[in-house]
Amino acid sequence: MTNTFLATTAMILSIVVTATAGDILTASAMRQVGDLDLIRQRSGIFGAATAVVTNGRFGLGVICLALSFFSLLFAFSHRDLSLIGPAATSLTFVTNALAAKFFLRENVDHRRWTAAIFVCIGVALLAF
Amino acid sequence: MTFRRYLVLAVITLTASCGDTFLSRGMKSLGPVSLAHPGQLIHAIFSPWVAAGIVLLIGFFASYLTALSWADLTYVLPASSLGYVIMTLLAKLWLGERVSPMRWLGVVFITAGVGFVTRGPSYTDHSAATTHPIREEELETAELEPSELEPSGEVRQ
Repeated sequence: MTNTFLATTAMILSIVVTATAGDILTASAMRQVGDLDLIRQRSGIFGAATAVVTNGRFGLGVICLALSFFSLLFAFSHRDLSLIGPAATSLTFVTNALAAKFFLRENVDHRRWTAAIFVCIGVALLAF
Repeated sequence: MTFRRYLVLAVITLTASCGDTFLSRGMKSLGPVSLAHPGQLIHAIFSPWVAAGIVLLIGFFASYLTALSWADLTYVLPASSLGYVIMTLLAKLWLGERVSPMRWLGVVFITAGVGFVTRGPSYTDHSAATTHPIREEELETAELEPSELEPSGEVRQ
């Protein structure tokens, strides 16, 4: 394996891992906070915003998403957009489905797996 | 799922795709940014297209969080992935990029994936599964999934 291949793999993995962690943490935070429509009706838009930004998991999630964004920018500065973009996005779809099943205990049934795989293939094809 | 919630998914799809397209349009007009001069990225934020893109992406994040408060992550992500299709159309029609037949095939796959996921339940209701085991059995006979139940026993819209 060449150093270029390893470096590209490391760049894509760093984007995928931080994006998945960010998505899972923010989704978990929103599950803790509850239905924002109901909170807004009860406490107004500022009450809803406060409920979100004071959640610890939301803060961690935003940090992970920021790391993912900067990993993406770093990868774009070294590799082609048509390689990094689809590879990172489509892999994140699959890792999100796995992580949502194990960490969020979401009901990832055959329909959602099919959708994740179809979107994954579709995003990969966009690279051509 | 109510009409209003489908509207939130539509807003996620549109703001994400238009936001990214605006960023791309803005950065193309500014030219390549050198790693030796990262300050150019700060300057880019204040250009009209990039600023408009950031505003749209803030709208995307707000509507994305709203959707995650009442739907599963594994529902929201594929359901809003139609944005890749819109982005491809905008790249072709507005930015004048060439879209190959393989990319159009990718668009077909994504659209099919969205179709699969949006026909299913949007939320895994853990409380319904643990506090109403009898209703789960009743559900099986009614060919409904547990995630379509509210804690009260009502079926989610």
